[in-house]
Amino acid sequence: MVIYGVALLSICMLAGMVIGELLGMAIGVKANVGGVGIAMLLLILASDRLKKDFRLDEWSQQGIGFWSAIYIPIVVAMAAQQNVVAALKGGPAAVLAGTLAVIASFALVPVITRIGQPRGEMVSDDGTLAVKSGE
Amino acid sequence: MLETLGDILVKNGLVTAFAVVGVTIWISYWLSAKLTRGRLHGSAIAIIIGLIVAYAGGVMTGGTKGIADVPLLAGIGLMGGAMLRDFAIIATAFGVSFGEIRKAGISGVIALFAGIVVSFVVGAVVALAFGYSDAVSMTTIGAGAVTYIVGPVTGAALGASSDVMALSIAAGLIKSILVMIGTPFVAKSIGLDNPRSAMVFGGLMGTTSGVAGGLAATDPKLVPYGAMTATFYTGLGCLMAPSVLFIATRAVMG
Repeated sequence: MVIYGVALLSICMLAGMVIGELLGMAIGVKANVGGVGIAMLLLILASDRLKKDFRLDEWSQQGIGFWSAIYIPIVVAMAAQQNVVAALKGGPAAVLAGTLAVIASFALVPVITRIGQPRGEMVSDDGTLAVKSGE
Repeated sequence: MLETLGDILVKNGLVTAFAVVGVTIWISYWLSAKLTRGRLHGSAIAIIIGLIVAYAGGVMTGGTKGIADVPLLAGIGLMGGAMLRDFAIIATAFGVSFGEIRKAGISGVIALFAGIVVSFVVGAVVALAFGYSDAVSMTTIGAGAVTYIVGPVTGAALGASSDVMALSIAAGLIKSILVMIGTPFVAKSIGLDNPRSAMVFGGLMGTTSGVAGGLAATDPKLVPYGAMTATFYTGLGCLMAPSVLFIATRAVMG
């Protein structure tokens, strides 16, 4: 049943949010720490397990697949409700701070990707991921 | 007649949003194919259109939620709000290989710390260059360059003035918008084409909306990896900015 997949997704999200909130409280910050990330890990582990036992049938998987596929339209709606006016109103100081932070972070991507790479694995291992592209 | 139509659209806001976003994406893919021969991804164009209408909406209504402040399009606010956004992001993790995440885990953690410190320092130095030479203002603006949530949280904790807070939010918003637009253009040159670099990317950028939009416009199958690390960034930033980063700033500024 489709709803089983949707419910599994929902339960993972709620559990992740609760853990993230507790984690934030534990370290004393007013923010959810990693709630979404934890929920993602829960979903990966749960679906892996259920698929092995053949308890997550095709229909249930479609319940999750739909939300995964609707992700880009949701991001477009998200873009359409950003406070772009406020961002530009911040003037040159805000624009410069934001822009330079992005440029510096972009530049660090290849550097840190290399740091974490175990030796002997420098050859790119693109082939290992066989997720079907949604588009 | 027109009034009835408007009523129906307002009453069924979320459904209206699905229709409007669907048409927008259709137009974007058409533009992508016709004008750029597919070189600029259709979703990148859709996100840019989204940001432009967000600006128009903000100017028209004076509100803070972009086009979602227009009553007819209020459903966009629900569709693209934090709840459904997080729901869909989590769904993208379905089918991801756990091994891949474990392999790149350390890089992701390093990226998180490096990303926060680098963005903070850049923001604080820009603040200093514009004459904000006290440690509290520098820390708040630096924290804004981390994300637009870390900025005000830090500013409130340190007692920063409201104009500095506004500036820090603006810096964070600029960052998130730039990541959304810029990522597909730089993806190739920074090697953003595999799960590992996507996790590093998420950790370095940190802005959830920026990473979500930027990766969607680059390669949708990288989204879960980037989102996974990015989601820890704001929490870690809220922890570090008012504490260690503030103390360090104060020490440097005397």
